[in-house]
Amino acid sequence: MTNQDIMRWLEHTADVLQENRVYLTQLDSAIGDADHGINMDRGFTSVRGKFAAMATMDSSTCLKTVGTTLVSTVGGASGPLYGTAFLRAGMAVSGKQELAAADIVAMLEAFLGGIVARGKAHPGEKTMVDALTPALAAAKQALAEGASLAVITQRAHEAAAEGMKATIPMLATKGRASYLGERSIGHQDPGATSSWLILGCLAEVCQDML
Amino acid sequence: MKKLINKPDDLVKEELAGMAVAHADLIRVDFEQNIIVRKDAPVQGKVGVISGGGSGHEPMHGGFVGHGMLDAACPGAVFTSPVPDQMLAATQAVNGGMGVLHIVKNYTGDILNFEMAAELAEAEGIHVASVVTNDDVAVQDSLYTAGRRGVGVTVLLEKIVGGFSETRAPLDAVAALARKVNDHGRSMGMALTSCTVPAAGKPTFELGEDEMEIGIGIHGEPGRHRVKLASADEITEMLAAPIIDDLGLKSGESVLAFVNGMGGTPLIELYVVYNALHHILHGKNITIARSLVGNYITSLEMAGCSITLVRMDDELLKYWDAPVHTPALRWGM
Repeated sequence: MTNQDIMRWLEHTADVLQENRVYLTQLDSAIGDADHGINMDRGFTSVRGKFAAMATMDSSTCLKTVGTTLVSTVGGASGPLYGTAFLRAGMAVSGKQELAAADIVAMLEAFLGGIVARGKAHPGEKTMVDALTPALAAAKQALAEGASLAVITQRAHEAAAEGMKATIPMLATKGRASYLGERSIGHQDPGATSSWLILGCLAEVCQDML
Repeated sequence: MKKLINKPDDLVKEELAGMAVAHADLIRVDFEQNIIVRKDAPVQGKVGVISGGGSGHEPMHGGFVGHGMLDAACPGAVFTSPVPDQMLAATQAVNGGMGVLHIVKNYTGDILNFEMAAELAEAEGIHVASVVTNDDVAVQDSLYTAGRRGVGVTVLLEKIVGGFSETRAPLDAVAALARKVNDHGRSMGMALTSCTVPAAGKPTFELGEDEMEIGIGIHGEPGRHRVKLASADEITEMLAAPIIDDLGLKSGESVLAFVNGMGGTPLIELYVVYNALHHILHGKNITIARSLVGNYITSLEMAGCSITLVRMDDELLKYWDAPVHTPALRWGM
């Protein structure tokens, strides 16, 4: 992936998060405080405002800029979590002009690593970690099999979908949903859903690169 | 959605503008940084005390900025934690050379953002102590949740700690007093209705005509139990009993009793609840040393109330009684 491809991913993500603003907010009404969609849209709208400046940056600086922008604008738990994710993702591809498949997988690993370091969630707690953990595993597996970037990111997206749906029967033990106790069961986690959407955008951009 | 607003997206900005002109004698608002700061900040030689949280809980926290309570407040989007940039700006604005206390309500967003802000402040050489409020007894404090939420005690702690900080006490003493208040306070809330986040356009959850939600937080999120509507006396018992139990309040002890409106409940009803609370405590030979009744930590227009009890001693009484002059609380000056 070149810097332009990374930019395309981010632009597509901004569009998709805006389109899904109401959906994410609805999910967050059931087990949260009805602001996840609103917050993510606000954050990525700010990111969109920096696209002109980001067009001249390398991928690493681009991703770090997304990270600091999200920290400064999203608020809630998602700001520090996704902010740290993008910051670490940027650090993982530091100095690279072109990102090969192995670099993208390393980027995804750092992305998840940032979220786990900041939020300290484990799989099974009904969070974005439940979508990202299987996504990373699928990406690593596909990379080991010598698959193309398009296939790697597609498998990651599909695994994220499985992980996201798997949050439905989970009891939330992290975040605002955890206050609901057993009432959190039967609802899909909004953070896992936004993670799935972000990975979906990555997969689509990689498909188009073929 | 029927609200007294202009465009939902402008709500917080316009609220801050209104506060800035309504209380120009007490506070100033920095619209670039989105913080509310007491007019005479930084007060040299005094520990700075800041807090912050989502908007929609007014008067908390912006209405508590002034002499004897908070030196600055960081307002986030409605029901959304503010961001580290705001907290860092507030920390810098109130730094009187003795360090700054961050009062953080126990919500993941607030915790994470304040954590990042404290790291940034320390990197700039400002010594920060953080105290977390987690007084809500509705949530089991166990490995299986994000911990107890910070609710009503936060208001009382901000007043007591603000009062103490005016004596120019050092940072670790101010932080220790804050932890003492948190350790000796518990709360529980209930809702008759949900509330509507303006940007969402509809209520966060639906309650039937004969239903109420017990064990709510302050963000319109559903609570622990949904039960049939009961009388004010029965509701007060349902809220007070777990508080008294969890605090281990005994005969002969003394408390600060706080009956808080969630925003949509009239004062006439809050006093009925206070009366019931008074009888419950009197029946257990627990003295009410001080009281507070009104809307202090709200959830937009949610109808309902919360009760907070803090076990009082001479030290806490002294700093509760200390002079305060903020938009929402004023006595002694």
